[in-house]
Amino acid sequence: MKPVDPVGESSDEAPGVPGFRSWRGVYIFLLAALAFYIVALALGSRWEQ
Amino acid sequence: MSALDWAVLIAATLGIAGYGWWQTRGPQGFERYVRGDPQTGWLTIGLSVMATQASAITFLSTPGQGYADGMRFVQMYFGLPIAMVIIAAVFLPRFRRLKVLTAYEFLGQRFDGKTRLLGASLFLVQRGLGAGLTIYAPSIIIASIMGWSLNLTIVLSSILVIVYTVSGGNEAVNVTQKFQMLLIFSGLIVAFLVIAAKMPAGVSLMDAVRVAGISGRLKAIDYSADPNNRYTLWSGLIGGTFLALAYFGSDQSQVQRYLSGKSLRQSRLGLVFNGLMKIPMQVFILFLGTLVFAFYQFERPPLFFNQVAWRQAAQRPGGDALAALENRFDAAHAAHEKNLRAWLEARHAHDPPAETAARAAVASSDDALRQIRSEAGATLVAVNPKADKKDADYVFLTFVMDHLPHGVIGLLVAVIFAGGLSSVAGELTALGATMTVDFYRGPFRPSESDAHYVAASKWFTALWGLIALAFAFFCQFADNLIQAVNLIGSIFYGPTLGLFVVAFFLKRVGGNAVFWGAALAEALVIAIHFTGKVAFLWYNPIGVGACVLFSGVFQMFCRARPGFPEGSAAA
Repeated sequence: MKPVDPVGESSDEAPGVPGFRSWRGVYIFLLAALAFYIVALALGSRWEQ
Repeated sequence: MSALDWAVLIAATLGIAGYGWWQTRGPQGFERYVRGDPQTGWLTIGLSVMATQASAITFLSTPGQGYADGMRFVQMYFGLPIAMVIIAAVFLPRFRRLKVLTAYEFLGQRFDGKTRLLGASLFLVQRGLGAGLTIYAPSIIIASIMGWSLNLTIVLSSILVIVYTVSGGNEAVNVTQKFQMLLIFSGLIVAFLVIAAKMPAGVSLMDAVRVAGISGRLKAIDYSADPNNRYTLWSGLIGGTFLALAYFGSDQSQVQRYLSGKSLRQSRLGLVFNGLMKIPMQVFILFLGTLVFAFYQFERPPLFFNQVAWRQAAQRPGGDALAALENRFDAAHAAHEKNLRAWLEARHAHDPPAETAARAAVASSDDALRQIRSEAGATLVAVNPKADKKDADYVFLTFVMDHLPHGVIGLLVAVIFAGGLSSVAGELTALGATMTVDFYRGPFRPSESDAHYVAASKWFTALWGLIALAFAFFCQFADNLIQAVNLIGSIFYGPTLGLFVVAFFLKRVGGNAVFWGAALAEALVIAIHFTGKVAFLWYNPIGVGACVLFSGVFQMFCRARPGFPEGSAAA
């Protein structure tokens, strides 16, 4: 059973984002986006260097 | 500015402020006044969080950073997505579970009244100063370039934001910030398209990017481990994470934004939206600065972008030296442009030997230009010791005024004002809420009516608006304005975040230990700042670490404290 807090909000309620069944997946996607940004900027840094 | 520019500026600025006031007119309960519309969705939260962080300085100073120093500044934001994950997973559920109106109310429930007041006091000091700088910093640049009165610019922009913030509370702030961010995004895209179209004859957008590349302006990642190096991959990932954690997790101006969500899910999605969008937005603004840099490689820029300071110095004894520098700069810029065009021609012709030779010539003429600009700064200060030799904050607006068409000028000035108003509004409503909830209702008047607290909150918000306005009048000119704002934050953020880290993760530490731990950590950060040996992004992890360490040590000397039961503030 999901833990329900006094306000009635479940802290592991599904994110409701297509393609993501849990918040862990959303967070991993966000961190993967950060890695993508850094790699893209690292590659851009070498442009015409 | 033309009549068209004024029409666009006034319609956009007053239209959004008026819409926010009109949407939220009529009586509100205290919780709604502080928290906002209880049905607020993730997009409004995400835009509101971004709008509070993005001040007018962002749109003046960041392109200037791109122009002068390239893309390196973006590294400061690398910790932000990591912080969003931690706040969404750890901080947010605890704040919402206890239905707190301010982050410091949580500290009161977890520890005691004095720790709550310490957290709230640290916030009021640094955010109160920050709000003044948020008003002052863009005003001095806008007034200088536009030829407006500085005092009038400060007063008019402050009064406008105070009126709609006091009138509609957090709901008005959320509504206006959503439209202000949409205006900002639109303005930035229009700026990019116009800059790309304004490139000089024979220079394509891709050529401009190449020119930025050989000048080192596209270098975004610095792997240096030097702690004095302000923007590196490591300071961004580590120091930036702590800075973002402290700002978004313990600064009421941001906590108030995402606590307004209609559910935990909506608040979390708003934070994730911010985590996804912030770095691309900063990259885009910095990239605009690098494009302006490329443009000015082919069109002669002002030798010194703060033209008012330059002209005033030219009138003083010794000002003839500035005219001599202008003549040298004319010749050096013409030679540099010729070298760049030769390099582009060789590159287009796929002629590697000619390309290599032209590139060496470009490097040499670029050095000559840098040397003259450096001499210009030094000569300016020699002629007028009160002048500031930094001019990066003046680059973007000078370019806008000198080269963009009418209508677009008004739009971009409206973007800068939208950034300023949205940021100050978020700060003022948080300052008013913290004063009412943590300093007035909590210790002094716990049993008054809802209407009483709404009235008190309005008075406190107006009072903080006037304090910020007064501080804006007395601000000293800083080296680089956006860095000054972040510096003030970093001095106070570490120990403040430390209070929350102890609250969440060290369940056996009590109020006395954490109070003195945070106070000592703050003294340590201030002492480190005055040594001048550590870049400011590192103040955040040092402050957090010191607060956690000192609290743990002090707790050993306090009476053992039982852990909190599950479901309480500490859970």
